[in-house]
Amino acid sequence: MAAPLVRWFEECTKASVPLVGGKCASLGELMHAGVRVPPGFALTTEGYRRFMAAGSLAHEVQLRLRSLDVNDLEALERASASVREAIEAQPYSLEMEDAIAESYRKLSVRCCMPALPVAVRSSATAEDLPGASFAGQQDTYLWIRGADEVLQHVRRCMSSLYTARAIGYRAAKGFRHDDVAISVGVQKMAQSSTAGVMFTLHPATGDRSVIVIDSNYGFGESVVSGEVTPDHFVVNKVTLDILERTISTKELYYTVDPKSQRSRAFEVPFERQKVQSLVDDEITELAWMGKQIEKHYGHPVDIEWAVDKRLPSGGNLFILQARPETVWSRKSRPAARPEGAAGSAIDYIVSGMLAGKRLG
Amino acid sequence: MKFPVPHDVKAKTIPGTEGWERMYPYQYQFVTDDPVRNQYEKETFWFYDGLHYPEPLYPFDTIWDEAWYLALSQYNNRIFQVPPVRGVDHRIINGYVYISPVPVKDPEEVGRRVPNFMERAGFYFKNWDALEAKWKKKMEATIRELEALDIPRLPELEDMSVVTEALGESKGFHLIKAYDDLINLGIKCWQYHFEFLNLGYAAYVFFLDFTQKLFPNIPLQRVTQMISGIDVIMYQSDEELKKLARKAIELGVVEAVTFSKEWTEVEQALQKLPKGKEWLAALERVRNPWFHISTGTGWYHHDRSWNDNMNVPLSGIQTYVEKVQKGLSIERPMQKVRDERDRITAEYRALIDKPEDRKQFDELLGCAKTVFPYVENHLFYVEHWFHSIFWNKMREVAAIMKEHGMIADIEDIWYLRRDEIKQALWDVVTAWATGVTPRGTKTWPAEIEWRKGVMQKFREWKAPPAIGTAPEVIQEPFTIVLWGVTNKSLADWAAVQEVKDPATITELKGFAGSPGVTKGRARVCRTVDEIRQLQEGEILVAPTTSPSWAPAFAKIGACVTDVGGVMSHAAIVCREYGMPAVVGTGHATKIIKTGMMLRVDGSTGGVSIAR
Repeated sequence: MAAPLVRWFEECTKASVPLVGGKCASLGELMHAGVRVPPGFALTTEGYRRFMAAGSLAHEVQLRLRSLDVNDLEALERASASVREAIEAQPYSLEMEDAIAESYRKLSVRCCMPALPVAVRSSATAEDLPGASFAGQQDTYLWIRGADEVLQHVRRCMSSLYTARAIGYRAAKGFRHDDVAISVGVQKMAQSSTAGVMFTLHPATGDRSVIVIDSNYGFGESVVSGEVTPDHFVVNKVTLDILERTISTKELYYTVDPKSQRSRAFEVPFERQKVQSLVDDEITELAWMGKQIEKHYGHPVDIEWAVDKRLPSGGNLFILQARPETVWSRKSRPAARPEGAAGSAIDYIVSGMLAGKRLG
Repeated sequence: MKFPVPHDVKAKTIPGTEGWERMYPYQYQFVTDDPVRNQYEKETFWFYDGLHYPEPLYPFDTIWDEAWYLALSQYNNRIFQVPPVRGVDHRIINGYVYISPVPVKDPEEVGRRVPNFMERAGFYFKNWDALEAKWKKKMEATIRELEALDIPRLPELEDMSVVTEALGESKGFHLIKAYDDLINLGIKCWQYHFEFLNLGYAAYVFFLDFTQKLFPNIPLQRVTQMISGIDVIMYQSDEELKKLARKAIELGVVEAVTFSKEWTEVEQALQKLPKGKEWLAALERVRNPWFHISTGTGWYHHDRSWNDNMNVPLSGIQTYVEKVQKGLSIERPMQKVRDERDRITAEYRALIDKPEDRKQFDELLGCAKTVFPYVENHLFYVEHWFHSIFWNKMREVAAIMKEHGMIADIEDIWYLRRDEIKQALWDVVTAWATGVTPRGTKTWPAEIEWRKGVMQKFREWKAPPAIGTAPEVIQEPFTIVLWGVTNKSLADWAAVQEVKDPATITELKGFAGSPGVTKGRARVCRTVDEIRQLQEGEILVAPTTSPSWAPAFAKIGACVTDVGGVMSHAAIVCREYGMPAVVGTGHATKIIKTGMMLRVDGSTGGVSIAR
């Protein structure tokens, strides 16, 4: 049986990475772990391949990249732009257009909302192909409504495999361009009143006993991009007590512009700038979710999340994304125990006294 | 951080107290006539030991300060040789004790001390249980000796047996000797007090230290929670009250036990009932030693024991009877505490990445759990059992002084230093032997009257939490765990000092002593007598608490103290009861008034006052 063109997230597991990329596979995995994730589907790598194989597209792409000097940055940019243009101008086959549009329609029905706003994101297949992961990092389109718009942005995500940087990287590493593939996720847009990121360890100290949450009003973009100083919370992972809270002055947030139906930055009303953007119960629930996700994966993770305040509390927190934490996991933390000590209590007491380690 | 210069503080003598220095040992004074000592005192950081002394010291009560000045320092410095710290130095201003740990500054000297410490402290850690058993024997023998100590009155004519048995000694000599023996027993008891204590705290402190290295963001109280739920005899007295409460219900004598707050009335009523007698007999069986519980910390003579003031245990019994009758539990939820302890310990342990770290964690946790019972139990033996008897023996000495006109009242004796009492007793016995009037009958009563006035003025004085030069970092571990002194607490104390009007303060910071958040009305209790006024669910605000405050914890919703670290009594008990505590706030009893609405966050150490 041929591989499917689209897949629902709930049909994906971590074994689905070659088919739907890391991002979408992880969303499926989270759903199976019982985590609340906004529903959606993925255009599979098979879909991508068939799209690229249709008509003369593959040939045209090859043509534009043939004899390209990747060290000539201007030429590289020009080639990238022209390849992406070709991809984005390529019509879908009827079968594929149908598959995507029908899935989108079903998703809208499922969420009881006509022309459901969705986020369209590329989902890279392999971490060891950084060309793909560049694309994955770059392309996220928020608040996309209607089948035509969805189809157009799925195409844009596919073309993101051909950014100048990705092309250059593959050329330098000797990967063939047509060996890599990409998947695209179409996910119900969480109408987030507050969103942000969460680490299941302390990013500054590597302390695994805490969960750190950064949050701001609106979509998570303002936090991820670093455009604002978000509110910052440190939660005890073991007991879920909130240990620290730093409420920042949040001047802007992203949400959908009702006129243009696009996500854009708005100014936070003055009286809300210094208000805690997540209430304590939400912080605790979020941390609890983070703890479950870490437990499921067996290692620290970083997570994107959102709160939809129109929904009743206790059911309004969503996980949009979870990936393995990379900084501290790669670093080998030195043992806390002093080198060469025999490990008895008194050895430690003496070395501790000598070091004069301060407390408190 | 800026704190007042000790000598400047001292120089502002409270009018009418000029010459107060003679009430305390001379070496406790901050000096200006010795440039070297003066310089040392200025450069040193001194903090007020409010943990032990919530009020100014009486001249006689200074005995325990001298006793631990010696004992703590000798064990640290001369017996075990803790490598980086010598002893703890002491001073007094206006009756308030200031202390300062003395560091070993030369790294080479520190290095030379290491092998001694390893060998000596190592021996104690290795043989802890056996040595602790020995300690109990020594301690109990000392208490028995104290109980047996006879303080003889001076007879008009010595007994005939002195002649027939050719004793060759008079009651005058015996009185002097008995006083010396009494003082020496007290000092000896305090020698034992510190035999294990520094090592016990070291085991705690470095378990804390290691866990904080593993988990830099771990709250201190979570570490101490891992050593909670261990049964110790310090809680036995409170358990006895609960047993008596249950027994009163079982025997059907609740009416008689609860109709009055006056023990004498209750006792009379019970005497009239057959079952009442049975209950009184049950009570009698536990009074020695379990009612040798001080109603304070045991450090002051006026902290009378339950045996001296039966209204206090009676009030505890009545609280428990009421609770049981309402169908409420009076058990400390030990199983719950243990389950939670084991759950969090296992979760933290599972987060340790390296097997060698996990092993070290296990070793240190095991060690901390081994030392825990001693760290709690020594209080029962020394501060409660021994002290309760000791103060009453001193009252016997005082009765003789009074009989001979040296003091007007038994309770006046505390206004004399212990060496002054020795002198005065010589005055008494020589005058008695000679058949003349002691010189002191004219001098001491006047002096005591003056000292009473001085003490009153001292009580009204506000002792600054810290004086001298604060170091860059506070490193001495005992200071942190026991007294709750850290850079952060100092900064918080300094900040409150800068606020001109305490009526504007709405936030207090202390140590997160026991987790949880609660809101309620404040009840400020400065002494244990005041805990009777506590209403169900109120927040207890106290200078510090001690085991005889235990019944209070069955009523309150949370606790806030001025002084103490995460290992202080209030923090430990609140963790056992699973209620929030913020300890070591520095000023809570001065800022908070009874009736104020408080929000106590025992997880972060914050207290908010609704104004």
